[in-house]
Amino acid sequence: MLANYAFVGVFFVAAVIFPLIPIVAAYFLGPKRPTPTKLDTYECGLEAVGDIRVQFKVQYYLYALAFVIFDIEVVFLYPWAVAYGELGLFALIAMAVFLFSLVEALVYAWKKGALEWV
Amino acid sequence: MNTFITILFVVFAVYILVAAIMTVTVKNIVHAALWLISSFFTVGALYLLMEAEFIGVAQVLIYVGAVSILILFAIMLTRDLEGTQNRQMTPRWWIALIVPAALFGLLITPTVLTYQWQLPPPAPAGQSTPIAGAAQIGTAFVREYLLPFQVASVLLTVALIGAVVIAFEERERRRYVPTLAEKVRQQQRVRRPDPAASAMQSSETAGSET
Repeated sequence: MLANYAFVGVFFVAAVIFPLIPIVAAYFLGPKRPTPTKLDTYECGLEAVGDIRVQFKVQYYLYALAFVIFDIEVVFLYPWAVAYGELGLFALIAMAVFLFSLVEALVYAWKKGALEWV
Repeated sequence: MNTFITILFVVFAVYILVAAIMTVTVKNIVHAALWLISSFFTVGALYLLMEAEFIGVAQVLIYVGAVSILILFAIMLTRDLEGTQNRQMTPRWWIALIVPAALFGLLITPTVLTYQWQLPPPAPAGQSTPIAGAAQIGTAFVREYLLPFQVASVLLTVALIGAVVIAFEERERRRYVPTLAEKVRQQQRVRRPDPAASAMQSSETAGSET
């Protein structure tokens, strides 16, 4: 089993190294002649004003919570999907019931307007 | 193979410790969150190293996915949290160090003193009982543990609906601020209560004049 995940590890190492190569190469190969204008924060060509960090509205927390709910749903869905080949129709019905109540919650949130962008 | 796994374990464990220390010492709170997420991820790798595949996947899904999102949202929604001039430690941090150190000592001492340092005998070939894989857990969901499985979905439903209800109660309790168009419409309604009634009135007055 570990051998299968060795490939994931190889991909991970490659994913770290691959973007590092151009960054390091640019650092060593590129000419550096900075001017104040070049070092300025670029924002649509305008001068940047104020702080980038702002306090977001608390309504956005609902999106985070909905994401967490459906993320946990995936945790349940994953072993079910792995075992599905040997389970048959009853498993399908069981998961349909499981999903139905979650879809119900999603429809409720949708109808209530919780998914509208504020 | 065994030494290779040991080396990997040491690398992961050292990284988890470094990331955890960085989490509590770094000044920028968003960087602290990123260090925490990377340590979550490495704990997932540690689970895979123990061949606990499903727990590793669940770790990545729940901690790296959901918990980190909640932490980042909490940072986003909070005012004045990311100031780098905020003080990181209280001056008497060493008092706080004593309590967890004592607790750790209390827990580790009996373990070290009474633990029998004997590995369980290796299972005879062909009879090994590995840690339950994802397929076994999935099978259990629709056989023995069908009811807890369905109750879990009810729990998730309640969590989402409850969050929506609480959020909207809060929103309705707040003072309603009408838009300009609604304000104008309200004022018009006060002046002329009903367009049909006013039309009748005007026709009556017109009739009485003639």
